[in-house]
Amino acid sequence: MVLKDLLSKNEAAILKRWFDLILETYPADTASLMKKDKDPFTNPVGSTISREIEILFGKLCEGIQDEKCQSSLDSILKIRSVQDFPPSKAVGFIFLLKRAIGEMLRDEIAKAPAIEEWLKFQSRIDDLALQAFDVYMDCREKICDIRVKQARIEKEMAFRMMERMTPSKEKR
Amino acid sequence: MADEPSKEKSLEIDYTIPKKSWMEPSTEFRKGTYCYPAASRHEKYLELPHPREWQPTDEDWKLPEDWREVILRGMEDRLNRYRSYRLFLDICVRCGACADKCHFFIGSGDPKNMPVLRAELLRSIYRKYFTLSGKVFGKLAGARELTEEVVKEWFSYFYQCTECRRCSVFCPYGIDTCEITMMARELLNLVGLNINWILEPAANCYRTGNHLGIPPHAFKSTVDFAVDELQEITGVKVEVPINRKGAEILFISPSADYFASPHWYTFLGYLLLFHEIGLDYTWSTYASEGGNFGLFHSAELAKRLNAKIYSEAKRLGVKWILGGECGHMWRVIHQYMDTFNGPADFLEEPVSPITGTRFDHARSTKMVHICEFTADLMMNNKLRLDPSRNRKWKVTYHDSCNTARGMGLFEEPRYILRNVCQEFYEMPENTIKEKTFCCGSGSGLGADENMETRLRGGFPRANAVRYVHEKFGVNLLTCICAIDRATLPPLLEYWVPGVEVAGVHELVGNALVLRGEKERTTNLRGEPLDSTISPSPSSGERAG
Repeated sequence: MVLKDLLSKNEAAILKRWFDLILETYPADTASLMKKDKDPFTNPVGSTISREIEILFGKLCEGIQDEKCQSSLDSILKIRSVQDFPPSKAVGFIFLLKRAIGEMLRDEIAKAPAIEEWLKFQSRIDDLALQAFDVYMDCREKICDIRVKQARIEKEMAFRMMERMTPSKEKR
Repeated sequence: MADEPSKEKSLEIDYTIPKKSWMEPSTEFRKGTYCYPAASRHEKYLELPHPREWQPTDEDWKLPEDWREVILRGMEDRLNRYRSYRLFLDICVRCGACADKCHFFIGSGDPKNMPVLRAELLRSIYRKYFTLSGKVFGKLAGARELTEEVVKEWFSYFYQCTECRRCSVFCPYGIDTCEITMMARELLNLVGLNINWILEPAANCYRTGNHLGIPPHAFKSTVDFAVDELQEITGVKVEVPINRKGAEILFISPSADYFASPHWYTFLGYLLLFHEIGLDYTWSTYASEGGNFGLFHSAELAKRLNAKIYSEAKRLGVKWILGGECGHMWRVIHQYMDTFNGPADFLEEPVSPITGTRFDHARSTKMVHICEFTADLMMNNKLRLDPSRNRKWKVTYHDSCNTARGMGLFEEPRYILRNVCQEFYEMPENTIKEKTFCCGSGSGLGADENMETRLRGGFPRANAVRYVHEKFGVNLLTCICAIDRATLPPLLEYWVPGVEVAGVHELVGNALVLRGEKERTTNLRGEPLDSTISPSPSSGERAG
């Protein structure tokens, strides 16, 4: 419970640091604009990341990996799957939470009898990263599906017309 | 043997992006992000310079030996020809107002997609070869040598701009960044750097009159097919005149409307509307395309492809021209056609034969947008409408960039939609009208091979759609652009599953109560109407 208290007491600071670390995966000029603009429509990348990591953090603290987790990962990874990240960097943002917590609470965790809890918490982060990889793969497969479907749709009208013409040919 | 890293060292993973100055050109062509180069047969057909087969991933792009001279000469020629071009290159103070307004920057996070920086890729070369400060101070004055790497960078970034002009809305100097992209593409084209998704439709258009390469007899077949479908749905056999000399009005739409899906249903909507009001009009199998992919290549090609419109209006002896739901077609008509191929002094100032409304704004071009025409019909209570036939749709409207920012057409489509459907919801204010976000696939970038670039470019648009989908249950995104109708469905399938795409006149066709029609059991898509709710036909204007 010691760790849980520490995390909840420092939640805002941890989330800010995690968010900043994630933004560092983007070029500096981009990151500064993403930090500055709070409008969810003109800065959808920054605001999505900020909104969804808060949910993920809450779920990690509760020790729950549910549909909400999946949906938050989906929102972030849909974006990172189409940006110029290799797979490791696209899902690697999850591990940055370890760094954020480590940087902020290293001494407290060491002082308090929280090592066991911290190890467990780290495992939860690892599990979330694995789940993130599954979501990332779903997004990439979706892109392939869409490309294949597009090729089919382009011919849809031609097929419809051919179908219509076939019965009349049979009649002849 | 190399030293093994210590355990501590190997655990230090640097997630930050290494800092690199934009002045050093660097381009990575990753599969899924770039468009394929034009096949040389299309370049030959259009008699364009330096046709050849090549790939962006090749080390050697097989540029002509004198490529540098060709580009610099081309630049000089354009600087002399277009005052705006020189002005836009000189006047930018790099205030950054445009920086975060581009959908490609927002979606990709790549700083070279900031409009200001994308333009600097070209400006830096201008400074080096055409300004004294650039010649003398070089890099210190923001000037760069023109190298092959720079050309590769241009190819990458100027084909990641959809010429949508959202950034221009925010520029305090009114710099039209779209024109910067247009110029850069023209320079690339001079050395044979084209993309196939632009040149194949352009070559088709030059040969058959339309992008899809549909010859006259196939056009006739599609019309016959539509007439059959409409008879099944409505019980009414519509008349569709083709190449009829002496008609009052020539109607021109994008070719996708009569050969692609979901465009087809918009086409059916046009046919029902014209039949119902007894319009004296004709289609043309020669001017069978309103769109103009030449615009995405060069002014010369745009002019060549546009010429058929007035030429065909003259041949058929019509009085004026009505145009369908298309985006860049209207940019060309509204901003260039008059000087490209006008004046159309053989045509008359457009007047609606049904309402008598005079379309003053089209006095010069003699061409009216179908949304203006239909909104006028509704305003004058000339149509019987049953919006309940669209009751399955909760509708929002995407302002297509070219009709919104290119010609200020904001209210007419909305007026129509409020008359033909029961539930209409706007997306957030900073994502519509003149601030509309692009679909991410315009200006010739709607290919399949660059899907990742399209998906990230379209993210800001999709994000606003998701908002109204989650808040109001919106399930239909309407638009008045054929490229939108082709490219928004895959975009929404990725970002907002559950939202479909339709043209405005598809919904008009659904709601329109025809004289002598049978009871409709399906909408134009063939989907059953819910029979438990009894339709309540209303006349003319229903909602404001």
